[in-house]
Amino acid sequence: MRHIISLLMENEAGALSRVSGLFSARGYNIESLTVAPTEDPTMSRMTIVTSGSDDVIEQINKQLNKLVEVVAVMDMNEGDHLERELMLVKVRAVSEMREEMKRMADIFRGRIIDVTDDAYTIELTGTGSKLDSFLQAIDDDLIMETVRTGACGIGRGDRVLKL
Amino acid sequence: MELTGAEIAIRCLQEEGVEYVFGYPGGAVLFIYDALFNQDKIKHILVRHEQGAVHAADGYARSTEKVGVALVTSGPGATNAVTGIATAYMDSIPLVIISGQVASHYIGEDAFQEVDTVGITRPCVKHNFLVKDVNELASTIKKAFHLAKSGRPGPVLVDIPKDVSNQKAEFNYPSSIDIRSYHPAQHGEIEQLKQAAQLLLQAKRPVIYTGGGVVLSGASQQLTDLAHLLDFPLTSTLMGLGGFPASDRQFLGMLGMHGTYEANLAMQNCDVLLAVGARFDDRVIGNVEHFGQVPRKIIHVDIDPSSIAKRVKVDVPIVGDVAHVLGDLRAMLHSSKQQPDQAALAEWWKQVDEWRSLNCLGYRNSDEVIKPQYVIEKLHEITGGDAFVTSDVGQHQMWTAQYYKFNQPRRWINSGGLGTMGFGLPAAMGVQLAHPGATVACVTGEGSIQMNIQELSTCKQFRLPIKIVALNNRYLGMVRQWQEFFHGNRYSESYMDALPDFVKLAEAYGHVGMRIEKPSDVEPALKEAFARKDDLVFLDFKTDQTENVFPMVPGGKGLSEVILAEDL
Repeated sequence: MRHIISLLMENEAGALSRVSGLFSARGYNIESLTVAPTEDPTMSRMTIVTSGSDDVIEQINKQLNKLVEVVAVMDMNEGDHLERELMLVKVRAVSEMREEMKRMADIFRGRIIDVTDDAYTIELTGTGSKLDSFLQAIDDDLIMETVRTGACGIGRGDRVLKL
Repeated sequence: MELTGAEIAIRCLQEEGVEYVFGYPGGAVLFIYDALFNQDKIKHILVRHEQGAVHAADGYARSTEKVGVALVTSGPGATNAVTGIATAYMDSIPLVIISGQVASHYIGEDAFQEVDTVGITRPCVKHNFLVKDVNELASTIKKAFHLAKSGRPGPVLVDIPKDVSNQKAEFNYPSSIDIRSYHPAQHGEIEQLKQAAQLLLQAKRPVIYTGGGVVLSGASQQLTDLAHLLDFPLTSTLMGLGGFPASDRQFLGMLGMHGTYEANLAMQNCDVLLAVGARFDDRVIGNVEHFGQVPRKIIHVDIDPSSIAKRVKVDVPIVGDVAHVLGDLRAMLHSSKQQPDQAALAEWWKQVDEWRSLNCLGYRNSDEVIKPQYVIEKLHEITGGDAFVTSDVGQHQMWTAQYYKFNQPRRWINSGGLGTMGFGLPAAMGVQLAHPGATVACVTGEGSIQMNIQELSTCKQFRLPIKIVALNNRYLGMVRQWQEFFHGNRYSESYMDALPDFVKLAEAYGHVGMRIEKPSDVEPALKEAFARKDDLVFLDFKTDQTENVFPMVPGGKGLSEVILAEDL
């Protein structure tokens, strides 16, 4: 099953490679991994999207907790949570397709953030599946380039991952 | 007062009470060696290869409750140390390894003797550090010692660039340190302890299964008290030997691939299993599905939560220090005034004793050729069962585990997890230094000993009177055994031709060498060797070439699918 695991870790050189090294050394899947500093500059927050049986997910949580630089771990799937991902997609937009593309972006609540003579760059946020749906909704041949951040997750209400 | 980074590093080691540093100098650690030269509190043991330095620090740590320290230079110094570090990591041994690094401004430029030491060692250390600022050196070394010895112990590496070791900073060694992300559990949760006590009291076919965690936690007394209170059968992993006295009636011997028949069958057939500081690894329970076929309740005590429920499902997980947990558990059981079902327990013991009566470690001795088991039995007898015994890896290791009945913890020093050939001799150096005057034997084979034979020179320099007991069968015995059993007797590259004359070799290093070829000479030779208190003696026993280690649970099989010796 797919799990979103969030962790707080010391904002130190090498911390990222400890996490990614753990996943490769023990053969765990990584679907996506995002990391950035938090409001406390000594800490980074990482979101890992992974998949595995319940036993594997339990081990992943324990192994992450065991890393000295990992301050706290939360498996988002153990409670209510929100998930968002950002995608930038550059599409070919010429003649009548310009209007069509703009309409499609509006339907998915995307924003056109850059315009050239023959292309739009659209910014879209949502769950991974929403972004997938958008890509499916437009003609493959028109997609020039896509870039996705990978998911980040946050617990609902009082469910907080903070030191 | 301002000190250089090198001086700070040495002062930190002094503050930690380090007696010995095992190491080898080189370009990136010259300032540190200079600082060593200018003091006399810490003794440096100059090894002949960095792998030896780490194994020696490891043997020192295993035989004491202290942290072992090794010092190596950058590049090849660090890479040579990696096998030693991985060995310690697999067996959870507290070490601090200080490695030199090229100067900060050279890092990343493929400088001479540069290697990404922190990157290379990352998967085989508990933690590691690259010190970029001399002002952080002291607190980093403090953290390293704290991490190495607390919680589940392990090796910690501190990489110090050459320029950092020459820069100056104010020296303040913190008396304590708190790492916000690191607070290992001490005591088990009370609810879980209660559940465990309940299960133990309801048991009809119980077994206590113990591992290296008992030794590391210093929990032998607590374990013995608890086991005696309950009168349950007890078995131990390779790493746990000595944690419970082997001469105790309740001890069933080692379990696992080369464990005793009674230990493996009791493990397989028990209804309540108390696992203590052990991790159900593949060499211990064999095929995990086969093990799971018999329903049983498992209580698992371990300081590392990730060891629990890793390979088998656990009913009562208890995260905590083994000594604390066992002490608490015993107090709880004692004050409950309840006892397990004595009739059921008597019935279970009857069954266990029936398995035991098979005498699975029996072997037919010979007048013609030296049986390796006989050498170990005599070694046990002549050393009064009280020696520190290190070993390398292979058949000789298993025979020592089976036939040298360890009654005390920290006497059996071997590489269990990684299975590192070449461990025994350098480990014995660390043990002998930690226990001057004690009897230290290194049981080895002609294959393993050659993997770190150069350390005979270190032994001479520091006058370490180790007794090397080489079971020389001219084969890589364990490889040969597997080839006989599972590869149609095709002995691919397991025969060693052109072996050195070990007697002359020992003499060349300035030691005493003895060759023993007849069974009747085994006892007199061992007596003579162990009487030579000041000499390193290399005993080269020419043993039976085709002897195999029994019992054997083949890889991937279940604990009851055992191959016994044909003589039985």
